[in-house]
Amino acid sequence: MLDTPLKLHPSVALRPEPFGALAYHYDNRRLIFLKHPSIVDVVKDLGDHPDLQSTLSAHGIAEHQWDAYDKAICSLIESDVVVQR
Amino acid sequence: MTALTDRMKDGLDAPICITWELTYSCNLSCVHCLSSSGRRDPKELTTEEAFHVIDELREMQVFYVNIGGGEPMIRRDFFDIVEYATTSGVGVKFSTNGTYIDAATAQRLASMDYLDIQISLDGADAATNDAIRGEGSYDTAMAAMRHLKDAGFGEFKISVVVTRHNISQLDEFKAIADEFGAQLRITRLRPSGRAVDTWHELHPTLDQQRDLHQWLLSHGENVLTGDSFFHLNALGDSLPGLNLCGAGRVVCLIDPIGDVYACPFVIHDEFLAGNVRDSGGFAGVWRTSDCFSELRGPQSAGACASCGSWDACQGGCMAAKFFTGLPLDGPDPECVGGDGEHALASAGTIPRPSGDHSKPVAVTLGRRTNA
Repeated sequence: MLDTPLKLHPSVALRPEPFGALAYHYDNRRLIFLKHPSIVDVVKDLGDHPDLQSTLSAHGIAEHQWDAYDKAICSLIESDVVVQR
Repeated sequence: MTALTDRMKDGLDAPICITWELTYSCNLSCVHCLSSSGRRDPKELTTEEAFHVIDELREMQVFYVNIGGGEPMIRRDFFDIVEYATTSGVGVKFSTNGTYIDAATAQRLASMDYLDIQISLDGADAATNDAIRGEGSYDTAMAAMRHLKDAGFGEFKISVVVTRHNISQLDEFKAIADEFGAQLRITRLRPSGRAVDTWHELHPTLDQQRDLHQWLLSHGENVLTGDSFFHLNALGDSLPGLNLCGAGRVVCLIDPIGDVYACPFVIHDEFLAGNVRDSGGFAGVWRTSDCFSELRGPQSAGACASCGSWDACQGGCMAAKFFTGLPLDGPDPECVGGDGEHALASAGTIPRPSGDHSKPVAVTLGRRTNA
């Protein structure tokens, strides 16, 4: 997914929480927990960068952590919180 | 215990999920009604006050509200309130017995966004259902579901409270849901409201709970449970969902007169945190009430501290303990380790729920007839 253009699904709202954020999908009425504040920042910004890896660079995330972020984003794509654009 | 659930135990700035009973008025008199509904309370929130609550929920970013009652569709401003919420970005899921969903109303509901419907059904056949919900209520629910299907509403929910008598029908309930393109939701019977008197006869047996656990595991996330069966996790494999009591931490109840309780199943002064009409509004109650602060503090495992299953079941449901006269820091009355049964044998006085809005007729557990 690292070189894929992504964005937050337009029907998803994020509510900041001490553990990260709550994501609510208005279309499928599912509630998803984003369990880390840094993933929340990345998810919010996906639409403003060419792809996932450039979003990660822009957020100063070290390359050895990219795999973990890639995995987390994949699971958010599965739950339709993040979509390809 | 993960960091996430630890955070939730401390409480959040705003609830994740609110149940809002719009009225105590109801055309039915279900023997297990959690809010002892029947007659309207004259102090019910006005339309304007209801709008104000929704404004607060929007500001707090509460994404959706579970509307119930009583029968919420009885309120003349039901659609005004629902539309005000959904157009404010506060989604609505409402529970109904289906009486007021005819073909035209189903069309109207199907045309609305951010709306979900839950039809209550407590038996997969009329005899089983009507013994709990009253004569004719099965046919009424089925008619409402047909109207929703014909109107193209999409995937609504069928909501079943599991009892000793319908627990053998889980596959039939699933088949009914599949037939209507609906999703099945099954939840735990609590001894709340009128069920304070009927729970002892209706709650599933220990063997039935074991079967239920297996059935839930085999259906995974295809069957919704409102995370209400986490006490079953002590049987081994964990069910999907948050394994904790969310009362006053991530959930709460707003009752028809604006009283805020820790959860829908504890309508009792002990768990009354305030009223949305108070000067700080709902947000003030949620953030500053003593009652909720206490629930968010460290909880003692009490008699369960030495049990190896504590991490799995967290001592079970607070409401179930409270309304069976058990201490809150001990086993759930339906503890799958069998400790609840022993505790019940020496339980204290059973508290009475705060308000009884039942119609002035004797509510009796109907006799089941074999169809």
